[in-house]
Amino acid sequence: MSDALSYVYAVGRDLADGDVADLSGAGVNEGDPRLVVAGGLQAVVSDVPREEFEARALDDKLEDLGWLAATARAHHHVVDAVGSRRTVAPLSLATVYFDDDRVRELLTVGAAALTEVLGRLAGRAEWGVKVSVRAGSAPEQAPAARPRSGAEYLRSRSRALREGDQAVTRAEADAEEVDAAVRALAVDARRHRPQERSLTGRPERMVLNGAYLVDGDAAEALAGIVASWADHPRVRVELTGPWVPYSFAGLEGSS
Amino acid sequence: MTGAELAPRSTSLFGDREVALVDLLDRLLAGGVVLTGDITISLAGVDLVRVSLRALVTSIAPAVEPGEELPGEVLPGEAPDALR
Repeated sequence: MSDALSYVYAVGRDLADGDVADLSGAGVNEGDPRLVVAGGLQAVVSDVPREEFEARALDDKLEDLGWLAATARAHHHVVDAVGSRRTVAPLSLATVYFDDDRVRELLTVGAAALTEVLGRLAGRAEWGVKVSVRAGSAPEQAPAARPRSGAEYLRSRSRALREGDQAVTRAEADAEEVDAAVRALAVDARRHRPQERSLTGRPERMVLNGAYLVDGDAAEALAGIVASWADHPRVRVELTGPWVPYSFAGLEGSS
Repeated sequence: MTGAELAPRSTSLFGDREVALVDLLDRLLAGGVVLTGDITISLAGVDLVRVSLRALVTSIAPAVEPGEELPGEVLPGEAPDALR
């Protein structure tokens, strides 16, 4: 039994060794990505230490966020580098096999499903569109006079919450409009959970965290839609991408 | 990309250093082809600890604009350099 496991980043159908040649040391645990080929498909793979991954697997939930962040960055770096040149189906984070033979088995057994995913993603990219309540779009609150009683405090607090709620409700309606416009030119769409303010570090509440699968020639129109919301008084619309289509790489029926 | 070129990719957009970890984790924890590997690392529980990630996102979160304050929230602490 080898000391290394085979970590799989992505699968493609027209990858060549040259596509991973400049990624030495860029993989998870500073691994050297290489191709494993079978069934007319290629997997981008690198060795990772068996001991470490087996230990991680014993945790019932992963709490080592430093490890998660480093692994996510390395995974993305490899997927992104290859995916910016070729069509790839990215695998979910931390998919590992005992050895390359097992990876070849996966490619052979999964050939039909993986080919279907690759066909769906070819020539397309994922874009993220996030809509947030613009700071200051809620009615200005009167300067906080010191409440004279508990009841007064509660009244002013509930008024502030109500006004905040209204700003969110209006922003949600705006977000639906943005979503509908982007969906109209997208091939597929998903919604991620709006990001918590504690994670974004921004004061605005996010109301839409959408992902859209877009044909290459529609990317410009998408940017135009987002730009048309640039100075909107109530919401801030942000575009991220192009991403390798992570959000659309589910196997048929499971996405 | 074979067959169809995607729209021109600007290096600054596609360079992964520019990607916010929080946007990346949205995709990596919920996306990608899910195959049963030989060893399964349970990432399902990660969602529960997302809020602890704020220390990690500080280094990549956009700076809070002048005049804005996080309403009643503790500003995230400084992330270790190793996570940048």
